[in-house]
Amino acid sequence: MIAIRDLSLSIHGTPILRGVSLDIAPGEILGLVGESGSGKSMTALALMGLLPQGARTTGTALLDETDLLTLPEAALCKLRGNDIGMIFQEPMTALNPLQTIGAQVAETLVIHGRATRAEAQRIARDRLDRVGLSAIPLDRYPHELSGGQRQRVCIAAAIALNPRLLIADEPTTALDVTTQAQILDLLKSLVAEDGLSLLLITHDLAVVADMADRIAVMQTGAIVESGSTAQVLAQRRHPYTAALFAASAHTPSRRVHRADEPLMVVEDLHRIYPGARTLLRRGPPVAAVRGVGFTLHRGESLGLVGESGCGKSTLTRALLGLDPVQGGDIRIFGRSILPKMPDSTRAGIQVVFQDPYGSFDPRWRVDQIISEPFHLLPDAPRGADRRARVAEALRAVHLAPEDMDKYPHEFSGGQRQRIAIARALITQPRILVLDEAVSALDVSVRARILDLLAELQGAFGLSYLFISHDLTVVRAITDRVLVMQAGEIVEQGPTADVFDRPSHPYTQHLLKAAPRLPDMTERLA
Amino acid sequence: MARYLLTRALSLGLSLIVASVVIFALIEVIPGDPASYMMGLNATPENLAALRAELGLTGSPVTRYIDWVGGMLTGDFGTSYTYRVPVADLVADRIGVSLPLAIYALTLSTLIAFPVGIIAASRRGTWADHGIMGATQLGIAIPNFWFAMLLVLLFAVTLRWFSAGGFPGWSDPTAAIKALTLPAIALALPQASILARVMRSALLDTLDHDYIRTARAKGLTRGQAIRRHALRNALIPVLTIIGLQFSFLIAGAIIIENVFFLPGLGRLIFQGITQRDLIVVESVTMLLVFAVILVTFLVDLAYALVDPRLRRG
Repeated sequence: MIAIRDLSLSIHGTPILRGVSLDIAPGEILGLVGESGSGKSMTALALMGLLPQGARTTGTALLDETDLLTLPEAALCKLRGNDIGMIFQEPMTALNPLQTIGAQVAETLVIHGRATRAEAQRIARDRLDRVGLSAIPLDRYPHELSGGQRQRVCIAAAIALNPRLLIADEPTTALDVTTQAQILDLLKSLVAEDGLSLLLITHDLAVVADMADRIAVMQTGAIVESGSTAQVLAQRRHPYTAALFAASAHTPSRRVHRADEPLMVVEDLHRIYPGARTLLRRGPPVAAVRGVGFTLHRGESLGLVGESGCGKSTLTRALLGLDPVQGGDIRIFGRSILPKMPDSTRAGIQVVFQDPYGSFDPRWRVDQIISEPFHLLPDAPRGADRRARVAEALRAVHLAPEDMDKYPHEFSGGQRQRIAIARALITQPRILVLDEAVSALDVSVRARILDLLAELQGAFGLSYLFISHDLTVVRAITDRVLVMQAGEIVEQGPTADVFDRPSHPYTQHLLKAAPRLPDMTERLA
Repeated sequence: MARYLLTRALSLGLSLIVASVVIFALIEVIPGDPASYMMGLNATPENLAALRAELGLTGSPVTRYIDWVGGMLTGDFGTSYTYRVPVADLVADRIGVSLPLAIYALTLSTLIAFPVGIIAASRRGTWADHGIMGATQLGIAIPNFWFAMLLVLLFAVTLRWFSAGGFPGWSDPTAAIKALTLPAIALALPQASILARVMRSALLDTLDHDYIRTARAKGLTRGQAIRRHALRNALIPVLTIIGLQFSFLIAGAIIIENVFFLPGLGRLIFQGITQRDLIVVESVTMLLVFAVILVTFLVDLAYALVDPRLRRG
């Protein structure tokens, strides 16, 4: 049905795709896998005729007999939504906030003149029912829906006219694992029951392993390997596929020096937000953290997992002394940090966030960024001494000391995360809080950062509090794990035990939903 | 929605009270004696006392404030010292010029700015965009009184299409509108230039959003995506500027009113100040404050109409 032959693309002269060839058969799921910048999305946008300005293509992309690359814009508009539908990564922003969801689903029909307004409403209702939103009225606005529900609305709009091909570009990357599992199930059933083809674009091998009939692996604008899912995952003929596979399941080697010395003790912690204002008074208060207690020991790596809205971030802010708490105690290095964390304690507990770029001032040089926490120290080094300390921190994260005179935009995502880690290390802390610190990184970069974290832990005897929604990563790097749900720790224990023999239903539910790479070595033998 | 309206209305009421206190205090309570200020240096004590009584300056500030506010609530704005007529009548006449002029100018500026801003945004980076941006830069840079004089030279002196100034009253609506046309154009030029730029950047901003991409993937043309999705989303910043501009036009047309000899509110307050007619200054200022706050309130309402997220609660 779809036959892409030798598709090359350059944007303003910069080559993006090099000789991409792909086939998608009717009723087939093709997984297109690769890291960011590999050209997955551009391949999809080329099919849709939605490439950015300045794009030049060569080759052909046939939909049956029609070459999509040479089709004039007017014909492409007729084709989009009609023959090919597409959904994107960010369901939170993919819908117009000012229009009801019914109108946005019906629009696909109205625009193509395929239904009257009333009829379009009826079909929109039908499609929303189809994607599992039968309980949601048509006149709801996107902000009244959760991320998973919004992604369903996007799918309903994309399938309104029963297109033959649905392109899903990282459809579940921004969603929680349980929501991800539901959306993937929905896509699968659409393919099985409505007979459409699915081009599933993702960076996550585990997602395609479970979904796709065939897999194509992309690297720097070219398809390096393609074949049936079982074959590609089992044989991994191309070194890049093998590397991706290894990186996805990467477990850094760690030497654990756990001492029985509690560094952070949290007891019966409560964080309560005042309720939303109604007409004249406030609604009931919202308890975001309810009676949380745990201990972090020296040299230990402690994981905190849970879905969005479970209170992880609220708890983290309280532990860092950024928010007041309404009950309980937090003792760090044997000293309570309530009501206000002393500077000396703060120097001993540092944090690395998900998006290093967002936490850097773009006008600061790297040495300024890294040495900023020095203000916490009473006798902060100055002059040459200061630069020596920055150079030392950069070396510790395997960057060159010369990098200190550069600006953040001169670095890649992985390097920026190294800078963020160097900044956290500069005050020689004993605890590092890693808040989704590797979640935004590509798998290969993530694997190297995990190695670095393991190495630093061994070298400096650091304790980690590792907060993540990604169970694979938590399993790879933590000794003990806390599972959080609705403001409470529902289960805690040694990571291997919790993952292999989860006792709480919520933990079992989470682990079941998480996509996993099949153990291919076993299957081969 | 009820909560949103209530808080907006409460803030409107509070702003009015604060503004009235400030205006009252500035003009009546703070230094010196308004009566002697109005009569000048050579006033006799008897005349001063008479004027004080006439102005209602006897009694404590609190009772005077209550009298003043109470009077305004019942439509009694006091009597002008120089014109010897009720301020309410003076204001009513002048609003008949200033309000239509402001609406006229704002309508022109919106009618120009919307298409121009939309064209510039949808042809970003092309010669059309650059040309429009250059023209709006010029529109902002040209002082409007100078532009007004150019208009008079061309359309009144040379072409004789319009009169050079004055206002014939509303008995002949065609003549009245004709008299307001050149001033409205002079006022609209810088406003339209600013508004077009705001429209362009707001639209470019929304065109970058994911839902535009979703709309295109559904098969909307670029134009349809702009009309059906981007435009309404771009409206919030544009509405803010329109509100500010309208407030400015009601009171701020003073220079243009002078160029065209229009009996508007701006000139009334200007004359009030130069002739030390503090009753007029006080009441007209309060009225203008009320107008500005009311416009802000209406803009807030418009936000809620545009954006369902504000209707929550």
